[in-house]
Amino acid sequence: MADSLALTPIALVDLLDRVLATGVVISGEIVLSIADVDLVYVSLRALLSSVSSVRAVTPQPFAPQPFDPVGPA
Amino acid sequence: MTTAGGLWLHAVMRDPDPARLTGLTGVGGGALRAIAAAGLTAVVCPVDLAEFGAEPLRGNLEDIGWVEAVARTHHHVAVELSQLGPVVPARLATIYLSDESVVGLLTRGRTGIDAALTRVSGRIEWGVKAYTSSAPRPTPAVAGSGPGTGADYLRRKRAALSARSEAATAAAACAEELHRALAEVAEASRRHPPQSRGLNPRAASMVLNGSYLVDAARGDRFAETVAELASGYGAIEVELTGPWLPYSFAIVPVEETPDG
Repeated sequence: MADSLALTPIALVDLLDRVLATGVVISGEIVLSIADVDLVYVSLRALLSSVSSVRAVTPQPFAPQPFDPVGPA
Repeated sequence: MTTAGGLWLHAVMRDPDPARLTGLTGVGGGALRAIAAAGLTAVVCPVDLAEFGAEPLRGNLEDIGWVEAVARTHHHVAVELSQLGPVVPARLATIYLSDESVVGLLTRGRTGIDAALTRVSGRIEWGVKAYTSSAPRPTPAVAGSGPGTGADYLRRKRAALSARSEAATAAAACAEELHRALAEVAEASRRHPPQSRGLNPRAASMVLNGSYLVDAARGDRFAETVAELASGYGAIEVELTGPWLPYSFAIVPVEETPDG
């Protein structure tokens, strides 16, 4: 398991594409509005431009991995 | 001292063994808990509204370190849950104020959630991103290149510009073709908007940000197909991410017709 963690680093930007745009959104009493989601991206952009943009893209090898898509804990 | 509590919705499942949730913690460090209704089970964890209430939440969203920690925990929990059965993850930061509200979600959303669970069951998602190739392209020969005259300079500049726009056009065409080919072998496909400049250093040249739903048993084969197809296109560079939980296909319509 630890190996597959190391093998599948997930770029935050790819993760946010998914967790901010999909899923169950019915009538949460507190949910992110579109403006809130934009805010997240604005914060991310500010971080990346101030630090380095290397973190935004983690090249993924083509080597197929077993279905155990565990992200970093 | 008591603080007001909310419930962070991690995911909805069919019927996970509640005993297997023991020992798992969610966003904010609280213990995962199951709330069952309408044949579905919501997996939630308690969160402090001083941190996750509407107002503090907005402030925290500006702290990308906070967002990252929360997003990664949310993802990690969804992956853990996927060991127990099909999972429809909740959108990040979907918070309820009571068990009753969660029951209401399950009851009202039953049809849509059930369809999403069926769609993702036994399947994984691959992300495929394509960029205009950065490999040097042959520059069209322009007569009299060299220092030359101002007219030569302009001619060369125009040639370079048109080569670049041709490269972009060719890349877009390849991306369309690749997407169509992958969509054909996938159970379902979806295109995310290209990642914006600043988030991805190569965003300006991104021509495809696709997600493909694939049977888990054929997941490796799909990745091979991507590699095979990708090697046939000189105009684009292709990047594979995943396998993911089928986030991009675990979408539940915002409003469901009330059920009785």
